Amino acid sequence: MDKSVARPATARQRDLFMAFLRIGLLGFGGGPAMIPLVQQEVVKRHAWLDDEEFSDILAIANTLPGPIATKMPGYIGYRVGGVAGCINAVLAVILPTIVAMIALLGVFSRYRDVAWIQGMGQGVVPVVMVMMGQLAWDFLNKSQLALGWLVSLAMAAVAGVLIYWLGVHPGWVIGGILAAALLRPTPKREATP
Amino acid sequence: MIYWELFLAFFIPNIIGYGGGPAIIPLIEAEVVGRYGWMGAQEFAETLALGNALPSPIATKMAGYVGYDVAGVGGAIVAVFATVVPSLLLMLGALGLLYRHRESPRVKRMSQWVRPVIALMMAWLTWSFFSEGIDSAGLLHTLLIGAVAAVALLRFRAHPAFVVLGALVYGGVFLG
Repeated sequence: MDKSVARPATARQRDLFMAFLRIGLLGFGGGPAMIPLVQQEVVKRHAWLDDEEFSDILAIANTLPGPIATKMPGYIGYRVGGVAGCINAVLAVILPTIVAMIALLGVFSRYRDVAWIQGMGQGVVPVVMVMMGQLAWDFLNKSQLALGWLVSLAMAAVAGVLIYWLGVHPGWVIGGILAAALLRPTPKREATP
Repeated sequence: MIYWELFLAFFIPNIIGYGGGPAIIPLIEAEVVGRYGWMGAQEFAETLALGNALPSPIATKMAGYVGYDVAGVGGAIVAVFATVVPSLLLMLGALGLLYRHRESPRVKRMSQWVRPVIALMMAWLTWSFFSEGIDSAGLLHTLLIGAVAAVALLRFRAHPAFVVLGALVYGGVFLG
């Protein structure tokens, strides 16, 4: 439980690299879908952390913004391998597919003028539409479970007017919400259902 | 100056986006397509499609490609740095403090309160992909591909890589 007395597990940089390389290459569906793979490697296979530490770290990572799949490797790498371990683990997760992305899209855009390549580009737009629609539904549903339909839809509507009608930058809208969440006194409307 | 713009375009979405990489996508779109105009809606959709077909986190793949597209290898490094480093430093620096407050209702509601806004921006982005599809592939093809993709992904839990591949083949044959 107490972080200061937990045994300091250490890892060889090679093991760290291979573990997070596997996580990166097997993790489809974005960061949140990769969490079980991280747990598999870090807790079950290498025992760098125990289950409780892992879920604490995951809970903390979720209280911070930014991609989850770089905060977890970065923190775990730092914890078991220092600054080098941190850089090592993050790069192992992200670098191979960034290079693949640039290479594939580079080839694609070189032949953009060819008719059937253009057709391929047009063909994937509806697929992305479906994926984004599914994500929108997921987020609305999660939000409804925590805040209720009325509050969720009202907040979405107000944000929509501000962002898309009045042209307010989303950063200001979300920044305002975060400030309100921190500063508002707690015994306000209780959110949990 | 382009490096500074790239840094801001990825720093801001990643420092306000709660809910992991997917939550950050509509915020990145607002910067890359909306604010700076580095890409059109279709190119962004293509990038996102390939990103969804490949493994590993989506936010860093988008940052790496957009950064490279705008300003070469240096641009890719700046955009990925802005995506990864600030939130990771926050995590390393504030871990003790966050550990004590991880059950605090204030901390919990930060991510809860942001969610409806992210959901709305995702819905908006879905709509803009729809109208982009009508403009480029036409209404019929958009609805057809969309319906098949929805059934494959939601009903049969098909792997996104295969769905993207199928759409590429369909597009190459029927839309070219």
